[in-house]
Amino acid sequence: MSTQEGIRPAPVPLVLGGARGGPKVRTLRKDSWKRSPLITQGYLLLFVIYATWAAFQNSNYYVGASSHRDLISPFYSPCIGASCVAGSRGSFYLHWWTYSPALVILIIPLGFRVTCYYYRKAYYRSFWHSPQACGVTDGHKKYTGETRFPLIIQNIHRYFFVLGVLLNIMLTIDAVMAFRMPGEGIGFSVGTLVLCLNAILLWLYSISCHACRHLCGGHVNEFSKHPVRHGLWKIVTPLNAKHMQLAWVSLTFVALTDLYVRLVASGVITDPKIF
Amino acid sequence: MAKVVMRIWRGDSEGGEFQDFPTEVSEGEVVLDVVHRIQAEAAPDLACRWNCKAGKCGSCSAEINGLPHLMCMTRMDTLPTEEPVVIAPMKTFPIIRDLVTDVSFNYEMARRLPPFAPKAPGPDGTYRMQQIDVERGQEFRKCIECFMCQDICHVIRDHEENKEHYAGPRLFIRYMELESHPLDTNDRRELLRQEMGLGYCNITKCCTEVCPEHIKITDNAIIPLKERVVDASYDPIAWLGRKILRRTKKSPEEAANYRRDPQVAGSAK
Repeated sequence: MSTQEGIRPAPVPLVLGGARGGPKVRTLRKDSWKRSPLITQGYLLLFVIYATWAAFQNSNYYVGASSHRDLISPFYSPCIGASCVAGSRGSFYLHWWTYSPALVILIIPLGFRVTCYYYRKAYYRSFWHSPQACGVTDGHKKYTGETRFPLIIQNIHRYFFVLGVLLNIMLTIDAVMAFRMPGEGIGFSVGTLVLCLNAILLWLYSISCHACRHLCGGHVNEFSKHPVRHGLWKIVTPLNAKHMQLAWVSLTFVALTDLYVRLVASGVITDPKIF
Repeated sequence: MAKVVMRIWRGDSEGGEFQDFPTEVSEGEVVLDVVHRIQAEAAPDLACRWNCKAGKCGSCSAEINGLPHLMCMTRMDTLPTEEPVVIAPMKTFPIIRDLVTDVSFNYEMARRLPPFAPKAPGPDGTYRMQQIDVERGQEFRKCIECFMCQDICHVIRDHEENKEHYAGPRLFIRYMELESHPLDTNDRRELLRQEMGLGYCNITKCCTEVCPEHIKITDNAIIPLKERVVDASYDPIAWLGRKILRRTKKSPEEAANYRRDPQVAGSAK
């Protein structure tokens, strides 16, 4: 045994647990920590109620040739049900699906947003109270997180991202088609602007997604040997930092887009032509 | 000089209670200055761990008004002083005395982390990395090990039983640094999934919110690690790709035992 080893103190046993300090209270926070989860809860509930109502309407989702427009609600696009109104449907559709076509197509954005890393934070905090806010005791006696069924399913997020991208392509085609004014040629109306903004926001939300960042270049260990992936990763990374903001803005705008098309289709307002 | 009441936790593993210390605060003072004044004037036996007073040693972590902060970096003029300023020890770790906790849980989790295992050096016997590859891990090296991210993480803060199988945010950034290192050959993904509890994190981002070095723990370490674990264990297309390209991954045992190989241990940093 060397001299150094001789004078070294005996190793201190490591402690994983033990008696904790501080009072046994739910939280010592004094700020208004309940406000943020309450706002999130209210906003998400409002959206879910509106989207459910709109999805079951099965009407007023398309403004067609009779109004010299080609506008379709993003909740109903692509319209692939047997009940789709004339002009809103392509050659492919599910002839056996006679209910609202929105009930089929909304599975994709619903799955994409439910498994989204940002929305997970939002609803785990506001609905599941796990935890409601930082430094506030969570509302469950036992916690297994996303290690077991059903929450382990969150790992399919990347597949919903791919489906979401396909849906964005369809909504982009809708936005381009909105420049078509049947009987009047090519034009640009408020409806065209709304559909274009909706498509842009949905693209930004999708591209800023964490799964997209990983697939672009996050999985690469040596950026210097993969300049294209590194370039893509560098484009997506700053957008990813704004993912929360893009999630809320795109969610709001997709509902507003449906509302606008619904109001025009039902004749409550007319779609003004800009040029 | 403003008057303020500091409500500080006094006690040990046997129990304790808050004790009020009315004191005065000068302009520019931080919480640690006031705690030191209380030590000097009212409670010389008040236990408090500190070292650099510059936000770089990570020693003076405590919970101020319910949230973890570095006492040396929390200015008194940022706190509401019309009611007592509450200072408690970090809740997640066992208490030693007053504001001092035993943070050895973090060292045990660090011990379980399979270390850097570099591939063979180049023909000249050295390693070279490009600047863009060096930059990626720099963010994670800013960690000062204040363990406030570990303290605020509800997985172990509210569920003591999870400590046996949850590494925590501080260690996850170290895992990500090594997993994305271009020279490293170790594969820790199965270990992360099965034994280090990556799936327990439900990305509520409290760790990121309290980090004094502003490391994007969730966005740049935990979520990328979760995606890498999906690659390894939950993505059938990635699985098919591995089968076709005949790429295998290490089991948790292989990854964890890797450091016990004397040759690897000798080359580990």
